[in-house]
Amino acid sequence: MTPRQKRMTLVLGIVAGVSVAAWLGMQAFRANVMFFFDPTQIAAGQAPAGERFRLGGMVEKGSVEKTEGTLDINFLVTDFKHTVRVKYSGILPDLFREGQGVVAHGRLKDGVFVADEILAKHDEKYMPPEVARSLKDNPPPPAPAGT
Amino acid sequence: MIPELGHFALILALILAAAQAFFGIFGAARGDARWQAVVRPAVAGQFVLVSTAIGALVHAFVTFDFSVLYVASNSNSALPTFYRVAALWGAHEGSLLLWAWILAAWTLAVAVASRNLPASFASRVMGVLGFVSFGFLLFTVATSNPFERIIPSPADGRDLNPVLQDPALAIHPPILYMGYVGFAVAFSFACAAMLEGKLDATWARWTRPWTTMAWAFLSVGIALGSWWAYYELGWGGYWFWDPVENASFMPWLVGTALIHSLAATEKRGVFKSWTLLLAILAFSLSLLGTFLVRSGVLTSVHSFAADPTRGLFILGFLIVVIGGALTLYAWRAPMLKSPAGFEGTAREAFLLYNNIFLVVAAGMVFVGTLAPLIADALSITPLSVGSPYFDALFPMLMLPLGALVAVGIHAAWKRGQLGNHRRRILVGFGVAALLGLAIVYGVYGAGKPLTPVGMVLGIWIILSSLIDPIDRLRRRLTLPRAIVGMTLAHIGLGVGIVAISTVESYSVERDAAIAPGESLALGRYAYRFDSIKEIEGPNYDGVRAEVTVLRDGVPVTVLHPERRNYWVQRSTLTEAGIASRWNMDMFVALSKDVGGGRWSVRAQLRPLIDWVWLSAALMALGGVLAVTDRRYRARVTAREPAVSQGSAAEAT
Repeated sequence: MTPRQKRMTLVLGIVAGVSVAAWLGMQAFRANVMFFFDPTQIAAGQAPAGERFRLGGMVEKGSVEKTEGTLDINFLVTDFKHTVRVKYSGILPDLFREGQGVVAHGRLKDGVFVADEILAKHDEKYMPPEVARSLKDNPPPPAPAGT
Repeated sequence: MIPELGHFALILALILAAAQAFFGIFGAARGDARWQAVVRPAVAGQFVLVSTAIGALVHAFVTFDFSVLYVASNSNSALPTFYRVAALWGAHEGSLLLWAWILAAWTLAVAVASRNLPASFASRVMGVLGFVSFGFLLFTVATSNPFERIIPSPADGRDLNPVLQDPALAIHPPILYMGYVGFAVAFSFACAAMLEGKLDATWARWTRPWTTMAWAFLSVGIALGSWWAYYELGWGGYWFWDPVENASFMPWLVGTALIHSLAATEKRGVFKSWTLLLAILAFSLSLLGTFLVRSGVLTSVHSFAADPTRGLFILGFLIVVIGGALTLYAWRAPMLKSPAGFEGTAREAFLLYNNIFLVVAAGMVFVGTLAPLIADALSITPLSVGSPYFDALFPMLMLPLGALVAVGIHAAWKRGQLGNHRRRILVGFGVAALLGLAIVYGVYGAGKPLTPVGMVLGIWIILSSLIDPIDRLRRRLTLPRAIVGMTLAHIGLGVGIVAISTVESYSVERDAAIAPGESLALGRYAYRFDSIKEIEGPNYDGVRAEVTVLRDGVPVTVLHPERRNYWVQRSTLTEAGIASRWNMDMFVALSKDVGGGRWSVRAQLRPLIDWVWLSAALMALGGVLAVTDRRYRARVTAREPAVSQGSAAEAT
């Protein structure tokens, strides 16, 4: 091969390699991207059945039920229009509280959101951006004290 | 009074930075020696002034001056002295001041070390650095003044965020910034070369030590952050593809590509424009990292109160810096010719493959990290990209790269002549395969499909790196530090691959609710929850548990996980109990009282996890050794003919 042909082979090889990497990347991206839904969208049946997604809203006051001595917990997530019951078994983030914003990852099963991950909030003021927007679209009732 | 002094010093520093940028860049353009003579004093003055500002803020922290808003927000009379100093970079304003100070320090180092460089070139380098410094100081003074007063001043401060009250985290930001800001030096060298329209092997030799040093700092900074998240946040792992972790990882990947392409540019004069592009990219990603982390667009431990004007300022600065540099690149890069050709198996080619894989990996991290932000900005359905995306792709890129490293180490410049080294390559691979498979199937048992691949590859890289230095010693040749450094860094990579393959495959973890007296089984090990008692510290109270770890029923060690309630911020913190052995960590984090006398705990066994951080330390140490190589020192100490030793030239 002449140097020119060699260089072309090298360039073609690189282009082919990068294309394969890009294609694999697209596949992995599509398979692992997670969308966000709020309780109103879930009530409207927009959430995909059986697929993993993010749910966000406020933890409704007085809705947290724990089974004593286990890691099982269930509570209601609300956007002040609709609510979704969330079931979870595992360690909760330190800042998980009633009346505070929360984001959960999981799947919808028979109308109950089975969470495999509850996201940690890092400080008192933090509100997940999607939750903030969802609440802006669905303003809370006049006196949501403590939120 | 002293805070106002600090504020004033900062404003003066801003003016000096402007002078430094103007006279540096235009002095060189006009060939005006008097204009250029302004630059070094401006650099020195700026360093003194920013140091004064830092000193004033430290003084305010140490003397409990709560009339300063920043001190009142991030300190407290109960906070120990060490953390009162570290609280300086505990939030946004102080972090920026630290950024500016580190930049001033790097610039001062450049000013001192560049006396032997051509005057116009040195002037341009410092001019570009002055411009970057101007941007950051302007940002600080205009939007984030750390010296703002609060009237009436509160009796006590709101305290430093408790998660930040930790030794590793106290030094994590400065070290990380040393890396980020260090890439500003490589960036300025690149801009100066483009302004001069000249780039030769000498340029690469000047740039290399700065870049390698910055890269070493960045490696340590990232590792410290990862280690801290492991033991302080109770996350119990070394990497979570958290957006903020990714923000520091992208410049590291590109920086790694840069130090390799610089080697080829220095030794063979190839990849010139590519090297420039990488230098621009590495610093741009550092800036982007600062933007992502500090603007509040990413929500994580690192984002402070989100203020849109701040985000916009950094975004604007980012556009000016990146856009300006890329315009300069488009204009000047076509003038640079890379004459030498090389074979597909030559060392140059392997460095090129290395660069492709690293840059593609950085691109993959970029897509995963920024897709949610872009979707958000375009108001498409909010989405997030989970760690499975990264977990699926990253090994696909890193494992082939590892194999290329193991083979490419033996390649000679210009013509690969890999045939001459066939024995080295095959024997190395054979031994690694035997050893690796023996460890996987003999010690740990079959794991995930990629585990044996990673194990063999990691060991192969270590062996491959060692062959040449050992051969040199046997032939009684000198072993320049550059080669020792390179070898150490590559061994670090091998160690890292071995460690990650192991910890990803053989970790055992369980979350459970247990009561004192009960045990939790983890393979051959059991965690016995012995007791729990109340404790009180200088600024917190809480509980501490005693957990005995048993192996086959025999006690091995006792862990003391804690759960602390910090008084001032009323926040709760988990202090994990960890026992490190050479081959594994035993980890337990205490969570909540779930009622019925039971506590939720997270118990883990993580084999070789400490080796992940060891690998970063080896890489950084390798970088530092390479920087102290004789051929870099020669040009600072005397005007000896700057020929590098033949042996070093051929191998690094």
